[in-house]
Amino acid sequence: APENIFPRPSAGSGRVSGLSTPRKRARLYSFPWVPVAMVGPAPGGGSPLENANPLIYRRSGERPVTAREEDDELPDSIDDREIFDLIRSINDPEHPLTLEELNVVEQVRVKVNDAESTVVVEFTPTIPHCSMATLIGLSIKVKLIRSLPERFKVDVHITPGTHASEHAVNKQLADKERVAAALENSHLLEVVNQCLSARS
Amino acid sequence: MKDSLSLLARIPAHPDSRCWFLAWDPSGTLLASCGGDRSIRIWGKEGDDWVCKSVLGEGHQRTIRKVAWSPCGSYLASASFDATTCIWKKSQDEFEVRLSLLILTQGWANRLVRGLHLGREIVWQAMNAHEIGGWGVGGGEGSDWIKCCSGLWDSAACSACRTALIAVWCIAGVVCSGADPSWKCICTLSGFHTRTIYDVAWCRLTGALATACGDDAIRIFEEEPLSNPQQPTFALTAHVPRAHSQDVNCVAWNPKEPGLLASCSDDGEMAFWKYHAWIAGVLL
Repeated sequence: APENIFPRPSAGSGRVSGLSTPRKRARLYSFPWVPVAMVGPAPGGGSPLENANPLIYRRSGERPVTAREEDDELPDSIDDREIFDLIRSINDPEHPLTLEELNVVEQVRVKVNDAESTVVVEFTPTIPHCSMATLIGLSIKVKLIRSLPERFKVDVHITPGTHASEHAVNKQLADKERVAAALENSHLLEVVNQCLSARS
Repeated sequence: MKDSLSLLARIPAHPDSRCWFLAWDPSGTLLASCGGDRSIRIWGKEGDDWVCKSVLGEGHQRTIRKVAWSPCGSYLASASFDATTCIWKKSQDEFEVRLSLLILTQGWANRLVRGLHLGREIVWQAMNAHEIGGWGVGGGEGSDWIKCCSGLWDSAACSACRTALIAVWCIAGVVCSGADPSWKCICTLSGFHTRTIYDVAWCRLTGALATACGDDAIRIFEEEPLSNPQQPTFALTAHVPRAHSQDVNCVAWNPKEPGLLASCSDDGEMAFWKYHAWIAGVLL
């Protein structure tokens, strides 16, 4: 397998490894350093990719643990970083990359209010006509609904100005009934679960 | 406003799932609830407790979104995400499926929908693919309106909206060419709800307007006694901020017992409330 030169922190290290650090897992693609990335064609041909040349961003390191968090007596309130940790590793439907690596989700675009039980996540599709935007938004929403306590109200919408049909997509994502009906569609549910599964 | 709406009972109607809708039968003795667990439950009162009389579980393959009783009370219709509607017939205490229909428009199985004219634009109720045939949408406003229900007066209807407004409509005394009457908005209630309003219910006995909101609260409004019928003002007479632990999906007034309100929520629970109306500053 070709040595993968895309810089990602190896599990548990907390550092971003440099170009020379070999990856643990063999990859089908080789990615040069940020900010320009060239993703090769999908193996075995198949339909053309929506966005064949996405920009790939550097992953942020692991979260430093504070002394307050280590104390079991004090309750931890849910903050922006925790929500971001839940959604950063959601897979993009097209590329073997996470939403964090494609900068679709960023920590600054996550707003949590634990006291009022609200979460607002803005996501940025990689291109303004991305047809996967609804699916990506749905994956984020499903991940948060499954992971957070039931009291939370989850709002997921497109970063304003970054998509041609953001109003229509936002309306669908905000429609509780439509989301519930969509998740009863076994095919769609399978695609969403694939996006949410940990990459092996 | 305190103690205007008091909790009578809270029942886990559809455990581990969400309860989407409630419907009282015309006699007010039975309550049908439906939910994400693909079943319909019929509830009746025995003594002081509400008990589940039947579970209708075999009719649908997906979430049941709405149920409605026929005016005679012998039939129940249910609509589901599996794109079918079931008609159930009640014989003695049992229900059986009489008819399973695959239809795209929901006839009387849905709440009565009035077409509302806004000049040349017609605002209508659209819920996913369940579109009421014959009405059109102008200006893209249609799908923002979730619900409209017929009110105490035949000529008044109330609609609830995703952006947390309620508008009250009245037939305008305007001569128009078509067969449909022309409606105009006579009152808008804004600033009370912080999230989507999922349901409104206007009590035919007391005139109180109940709302179910995504902020987990139930609110009751009443028309101010001395307001002009052409330009009414409504006052908030009851507000229960944490009526349920999640979104309140439906509120339904009992057709025979004034002040009895049922509500259901995403947490799968059903709650019964007693509303005490205020008249001239006196709590009834």
